Amino acid sequence: MMKTNRYEAMFARLRGKGAFIPFVMLGDPDIETSSAIIDTLIASGADALELGMPFSDAVADGPMIQRAGFRALEAGVTPTDCLRLLKNVRAKYSDVPIGLLVYANLVVHQDLKTFYIEAAEAGVDSVLVADVPVGAATPFIEAAEAVDIAPIFVVPPNADETAIREIARRGRGYTYFLGRTGVTGADREMQTPLPSRIKVLQEAGAPPAIVGFGISTPEHIRAALDAGAAGAISGSATVAIIERHLEDKAAMHEALAAFVRKMKAAT
Amino acid sequence: MSTVFSASTPLGVDQGAFGPFGGMFVPEILVPTLQDLTHAFVEAQSDPVFQREFEDLLKEYAGRETPLYRCRNLAAGTKATVYLKREDLLHGGAHKTNQVLGQALLARRMGKTRLIAETGAGQHGVATAMIGSLFKMKTRIYMGDKDMKRQALNVFRMRLMGAEVVPVATGSGTLKDAVNEALRDWSESYPNTHYLLGTAAGPHPFPTIVREFQRVIGREAKAQILEREGRLPDAAIACVGGGSNAIGLFADFIDDRGVRLIGVEPAGHGLHTGKHGATLQKGRPGILHGTYTYILQDEHGQVAESHSISAGLDYPGVGAQHAYLHASGRAEYVGITDDEALEAFQMLSREEGIVPALESSHAIGYALKLAKAATQHQLLLVNLSGRGDKDIEHVMQHIKF
Repeated sequence: MMKTNRYEAMFARLRGKGAFIPFVMLGDPDIETSSAIIDTLIASGADALELGMPFSDAVADGPMIQRAGFRALEAGVTPTDCLRLLKNVRAKYSDVPIGLLVYANLVVHQDLKTFYIEAAEAGVDSVLVADVPVGAATPFIEAAEAVDIAPIFVVPPNADETAIREIARRGRGYTYFLGRTGVTGADREMQTPLPSRIKVLQEAGAPPAIVGFGISTPEHIRAALDAGAAGAISGSATVAIIERHLEDKAAMHEALAAFVRKMKAAT
Repeated sequence: MSTVFSASTPLGVDQGAFGPFGGMFVPEILVPTLQDLTHAFVEAQSDPVFQREFEDLLKEYAGRETPLYRCRNLAAGTKATVYLKREDLLHGGAHKTNQVLGQALLARRMGKTRLIAETGAGQHGVATAMIGSLFKMKTRIYMGDKDMKRQALNVFRMRLMGAEVVPVATGSGTLKDAVNEALRDWSESYPNTHYLLGTAAGPHPFPTIVREFQRVIGREAKAQILEREGRLPDAAIACVGGGSNAIGLFADFIDDRGVRLIGVEPAGHGLHTGKHGATLQKGRPGILHGTYTYILQDEHGQVAESHSISAGLDYPGVGAQHAYLHASGRAEYVGITDDEALEAFQMLSREEGIVPALESSHAIGYALKLAKAATQHQLLLVNLSGRGDKDIEHVMQHIKF
């Protein structure tokens, strides 16, 4: 059985209620704080985690998540540090689905099979490579599935039916449904997804749709769920709280907890 | 080929492949746009109306064909004859104009009304601003804030022609970050915007489009040198940042096995110093800006900051076809340091009355090395890809009279 079980188990546990999945950057602003942040997110009701690995050239990210990555890089955080942190998180939380968001160079610069083996050993359930579209993904999918990691694909608003069918066929775990065009950021709101588009995905047999990009309020979560999504990811809004409270860790955790509770309550 | 590369799992690149290199490694949202661009390009290549307009613009607006000039003094006392392909005389002051005209025609054909571009030295930004003004398309240029300082003259030229120049302060504040920012813009603006990528790098179909629109450099030079010398050159030499002027010169010589193809990378402070932009000589294969190619990167896979005195060569990646020409051994890639480029900059000015761009000075510098080392007659073809006016202010900080 594949480890996508953790996603399946989560969706089963939620019984039709939506999943709230915060995104943060591993090692932002440093490994120790990052570890405590993840504890707070889970303690406050996050159903799963989406965690980024800092990269120098994050073309799919807006300024907020770029800055999170640069903070981690400036703190000297390496992919090895990230994997060690992931392993600790997994040891503490055996059931929480953990998704890893990376850029392709971090995967391929040595050997992509090794990357997936190490991610699996760290307890990662899914990997989304932001700059590998489904059409170029075959070796990534093979390396992921060899170690029971779910390859995640993104459905953008401009995907045609051929692309949607391909994503439905090849994705596992969940499907990342873009709430809007552009790059990550809370400055531009998601557009309410068309229920018909989510239905097309479901009919094509895709893993459950999770909406991401432009999700920063409970209203956004409700709109996503009303359109038929199985949950929502909020990245820039979560990272903004970290950035706003870099000088006061206690206030950071308090604000993060309040945000996650508020967002989770909308599911 | 590096052992690191051969030990890796093949990526199975099929779209826009150059051997194992190339491909379309971009966020899913950019795929439909790149596919539309591919179709538009393929159609345009066999559309006589498109080709006619492209040729007319190259002739009447850009000033083709450019001369092939046989240096009178530069190689005096050596056994070499050096020919310069004078792309510096093209309207805009560099080879960039060729492919910008082609891509702008494609953009118009696809119904786009807005152009975005990245620029390093500013030459591609200037060329894009020119064509934006000519075609009445709204134009935005992304430029690293560090580059805006060292190429202030070109920033002014772009603004003069009506383009908006947006500083990019993230990362290293140079060309690679400007590319990132243009890709981010495009992932939202694609319905009405064409990303006019400035070099033969990036995702498919850009390496192919840019090569085909720059191929005119080598095609003309080949005919010109055959007419003058009755034979092909011993070597064709061009500088390589992303690689557009080099691939434009090389394209028509690749099948002529007797012609050495030499790409000159910026060795900066020296190849051993870590302060250079010699991607093919010092980089490792990886994925940057949509393509699998050689990249300057640290041991963790973070892209390194390159260094060169010439902003136009200051790029930690390189076009996928150059990666393949390098790995297959068809082309040689060598380095010229900042100091050697400055020396060549002055030499060509003094000996021939031609002020070259700092980028092109790298190619001149290597040609001079070959000329001095020649023990028998050598016929060298050098692409003088741009003129040096834009660099004068910067060079004044390095040399005194």
